[in-house]
Amino acid sequence: MTDEGNRVAVEAWLRAALEDAERRGLPELKPLLEGLAQATITLRAADWNDTVPHAPRPADQ
Amino acid sequence: MTMLDCAITDLAARLSSRGISSVEMTDACLTQIARNNGRLNAFITILADQARADARRADEEIASGHYRGPLHGVPLSLKDLIDLAGVPTTAASRVLEHHVADADAPITARLRTAGAVFLGKCNLHEFAFGTTSEDSAFGPVRNPWDPTRSAGGSSGGSAAAVVTGMGYASIGTDTGGSIRIPAAVCGCVGLKPTSGELPCEGIIPLSRTLDHVGPLARTVADAWLLFHVMTGIPNPPLLPVRRPAPSLRIGLLRPYFMDVLSDDVREQFELELERLAMAGVTVVERAVPHASDIAAVYLHLQLPEASAYHAPVLQTRPEDYTPPVRLRLEMGRYVLAEDYSRAQVGAEVLRREVDAALDGLDGLVLPTVPITAQPIGSTGLTIGDRSYPVRALMLRLTQLFDITGHPAISVPCGRSRDNLPVGLQLVGRHGRTEDLLTLAATCEDVIGQRG
Repeated sequence: MTDEGNRVAVEAWLRAALEDAERRGLPELKPLLEGLAQATITLRAADWNDTVPHAPRPADQ
Repeated sequence: MTMLDCAITDLAARLSSRGISSVEMTDACLTQIARNNGRLNAFITILADQARADARRADEEIASGHYRGPLHGVPLSLKDLIDLAGVPTTAASRVLEHHVADADAPITARLRTAGAVFLGKCNLHEFAFGTTSEDSAFGPVRNPWDPTRSAGGSSGGSAAAVVTGMGYASIGTDTGGSIRIPAAVCGCVGLKPTSGELPCEGIIPLSRTLDHVGPLARTVADAWLLFHVMTGIPNPPLLPVRRPAPSLRIGLLRPYFMDVLSDDVREQFELELERLAMAGVTVVERAVPHASDIAAVYLHLQLPEASAYHAPVLQTRPEDYTPPVRLRLEMGRYVLAEDYSRAQVGAEVLRREVDAALDGLDGLVLPTVPITAQPIGSTGLTIGDRSYPVRALMLRLTQLFDITGHPAISVPCGRSRDNLPVGLQLVGRHGRTEDLLTLAATCEDVIGQRG
């Protein structure tokens, strides 16, 4: 996945996590989850991550 | 110099020849505890009667010719995360109220076999999940040099005890720096051995892949002794003759590791590095290419492992944790398995990079903590034109070696302008903790024991 793709995926994860924290009555968790999301973006952007080669599908060609 | 100012290795010969007794040493330490613990809050459990009885037994054994080795009759303490049979293990948490250990942890048993006298169990950051020893069900540990400041953590009580004569050494644990950080900010030696060298059974885990156990001591020679006893050698040889400084080559980790330091830590560290160079140590520069990813890797390993261990109690009695520790444990429940897996790969990448940085060298050198002890309650700090969370700063220079498993030691490196201790960290090759200790002993000789 591209860095942009990772960022979008982490943002979606963060939205779900923030909603869950709110639902569980833990609003104080929100800034910690936002910090964790930043760390997750960094982790996923690291160049050691092996990913499936992204070959174009026939419809894309 | 009084008996309380001495290192274990200074006193062992006098103990074995009955020039002093274990009872005298133990009474002196208990007097220090009575004098200082109300101010510093370093101990959760004090075992005065049991310690005196063990000291009397040690004296009797020595008198009858059954000398076990240099730790025989020496009073010391354990971080209250480590099991001592028949004594509560609280982890500084209400969660473990009424929990009593039914057996010694293996490292406790090895210390007992070597004849150690246990003075008590030391205060810590709750479940070792913090770097300041402030969040404890028993109240914060205070820094001996300025009680308005933190003693570092999570083994803060152990460090405060060692530097104030409340025992000759203490055993702590280190998952992101929890031995080295308090050793640095309180002014003693703290050793994190190579991953897996000492058993962690009988010790409440924080993160099973990152946890280490090791000694906090007054000198490198004492750390050598305690390390060997905990490997299962009750009567180990003393630290060998130091290698001469001009035969040593060390690598200064500069990018990332020297980028964010308070002015007084930078000044003191560079001064001592210059002293090492003047003594003949060759200092070259080395780098860890993925250093900027260290914190991300650490968080994605440590948080979910801690949360997994605590999940049953988090579900049923979350209010029994201190609020900051509960929140960090809750945070770990949101880490995805795919990110945990990425972090495991990152850990291996970092391990190879530290191996490469050590190539051709006796060790790596860097400060232990970028800042000195912070006021209790402070959460953030500005360095240069940026603000940083205190927790992130405290972990910044130590957590890498918990991830990679390389042995690392903090030795005192003088004081800041505010008279607060600064630590110098040395890192050795994987599995070569003894070599790291001999390197550290030479550096200690050059720098002096000036914590």
